Amino acid sequence: MSVEQVTTRAATGAGTAVSVLDRFGYRLQRLPLHIVIIIFCAVWVIPTFGMIINSFRALPDMQAAGWWTTLFPPHGFTLASYQQVLAIEGVVPSIAYSILITIPATVIQLTIATMGAYAFAWMNFPGRNLFFIVIVGLMVVPIQMTLIPVLQFFKLVGLSGTIPAVWLAHSGYGLPFEIFLLRNYLGGLPREIFESAEVDGAGHAVRFLRIAVPMTLPAIASLVIFVFLGIWNDLLVALTFLGVSPFRPFTVVIAQLTTSFGGGWQFLTAAAVMQMALPLAVFIFLQRYFVRGVTAGSVKG
Amino acid sequence: MGGITPDQIITAVAAVVGVPLVLLGYIILGEQVIERLPDSIQGWIRPYFWALPAVGFATIFMIYPLIRTVIISFRNAADSDWATGPWGVFANYHYFFTFPDTLTSLRNSLLWLVFYTFFAVFFGLVIAILVDRVRYETLAKIAVFLPVPISAVAASIIWKFMFDYQPPGSTQTGTMNAVLSVVHHDPVAWLVNSTTNNAALIFVGIWTATGFCMVILSASLKAISSEVLEAARIDGANEFQIVRLVVTPLLWPTITVVGTTMIINALKTFDIVYVMTNGAYQTDVIATQMFFQLQHNHNSRAAAVGVVLFLAIVPLLVVNIRRFQQQEEQR
Repeated sequence: MSVEQVTTRAATGAGTAVSVLDRFGYRLQRLPLHIVIIIFCAVWVIPTFGMIINSFRALPDMQAAGWWTTLFPPHGFTLASYQQVLAIEGVVPSIAYSILITIPATVIQLTIATMGAYAFAWMNFPGRNLFFIVIVGLMVVPIQMTLIPVLQFFKLVGLSGTIPAVWLAHSGYGLPFEIFLLRNYLGGLPREIFESAEVDGAGHAVRFLRIAVPMTLPAIASLVIFVFLGIWNDLLVALTFLGVSPFRPFTVVIAQLTTSFGGGWQFLTAAAVMQMALPLAVFIFLQRYFVRGVTAGSVKG
Repeated sequence: MGGITPDQIITAVAAVVGVPLVLLGYIILGEQVIERLPDSIQGWIRPYFWALPAVGFATIFMIYPLIRTVIISFRNAADSDWATGPWGVFANYHYFFTFPDTLTSLRNSLLWLVFYTFFAVFFGLVIAILVDRVRYETLAKIAVFLPVPISAVAASIIWKFMFDYQPPGSTQTGTMNAVLSVVHHDPVAWLVNSTTNNAALIFVGIWTATGFCMVILSASLKAISSEVLEAARIDGANEFQIVRLVVTPLLWPTITVVGTTMIINALKTFDIVYVMTNGAYQTDVIATQMFFQLQHNHNSRAAAVGVVLFLAIVPLLVVNIRRFQQQEEQR
């Protein structure tokens, strides 16, 4: 063994010793980082987790001890809260009404928005820029600013307190943002495709239906999720237009039950879990689309 | 409450199938007609034909109501004549700026504006920066993002449990008070006590919004070139200096975008307050105040509240339009 080799070996040996110590020191230094992250995660997850646990407990248990006590046996899980909530008059229909409100409202506004966005993206007309600036402005206008006249409008046309009224209201409120987003997306499509289609004699109807719509589908997919969940989770619009009608959606029924019970509203945990099951499932299974939809909405108020 | 009727299902299906079909027919038939017109008229009429449904909707449900709300805010309660009173046609505004309840709602909205906006953005930024340095980044982000898809209604019930209060001496079933009892502190009636309730509600708001801020800030954090950070490290900057002097300034444009969105959300806050306290114990905000005026059939006062809310948002509206125009110039 040459001297050279020995020194190298010694050097590497010392090197590993130092690097182990180093790594330990580095880990120790990073410990506060991990602790802070874990605290944040805990605060952001535990409340939801606790309520889901509570939804599977009997009301007396809930009032006797905190949800964390069930983490150890006896768990005493039961579906009593779910049975109790579903037995309340109006709760089961309200879930159906939520669906009957959400799906048509989503379809109506997105079809209208796609068509409007095409006009703003690929047609030139006087007042186009001005009107588009108005649309950008409308995105942040609080809907509170529109509620009273829209209520009066529905009374005038005989739609007050009906489900179609809520479709129309949601569609009107959702349009500015959707037109804005789809117009930007459509406007970013390659001009050559549209021009060559025009040369081939395709009219605007063909260019819209055969080129624009299929190519915009990824953006529309994200929007569908965003809009659908927005309406599913909506309280204010439904409360304003259906608050006293028999067609109250799920969110309104839960909110009204919570405020009307005072004490003993605890079994509504089950209702809340059912209400948030759909958004959470969408988030978990369609995460990429969901996050894309939400971040695209960063310009929206 | 009655059950669902077949009629309602048929109407819904008809809308889902019918609206796209009607629009399809509108496009195809309309184009047939337009293509037969002389060229000069074609070019003029076509864009309006295409924009009409969207513009019509926006006009009926947003533009016209906006103008009408401003008018109503100067009318009397029955909307039968102009308002009269100490301030003449401004009577509803006079009411808003002098009545104790509405002043409380104004104060609370300002609290929301400041604290909700600041902490949602601040926590979002802190989490985005921290998780960028660990291997379980995705998992941590999912945890913080979890409240975003949850409705404010469900979030309110979640937090009603967290803030649940039992009198001193009895078992605390609410998580917050249970934690307090561990450190031998008297339980706090978070949602009733007027020194804590606004903070509690605002925290729920922050809890639902932080994930949104984090995702957007994290995306633009990833866009910062690692060479810039390397250079700062070689120059001897420590991690805190890097965050303060390099990362934050580079993220500033994104922070302002997210901040504007949060300010608008703060001003429009309704659901959390409505479900958790129903505006009781001085937790009212502008939006709930407006809703209560509406419930009491005082449309003109409600309209005035709406106008105040709108005026607060106008500066942000201008900022948004400016930003849009800048983006347009870059296209």
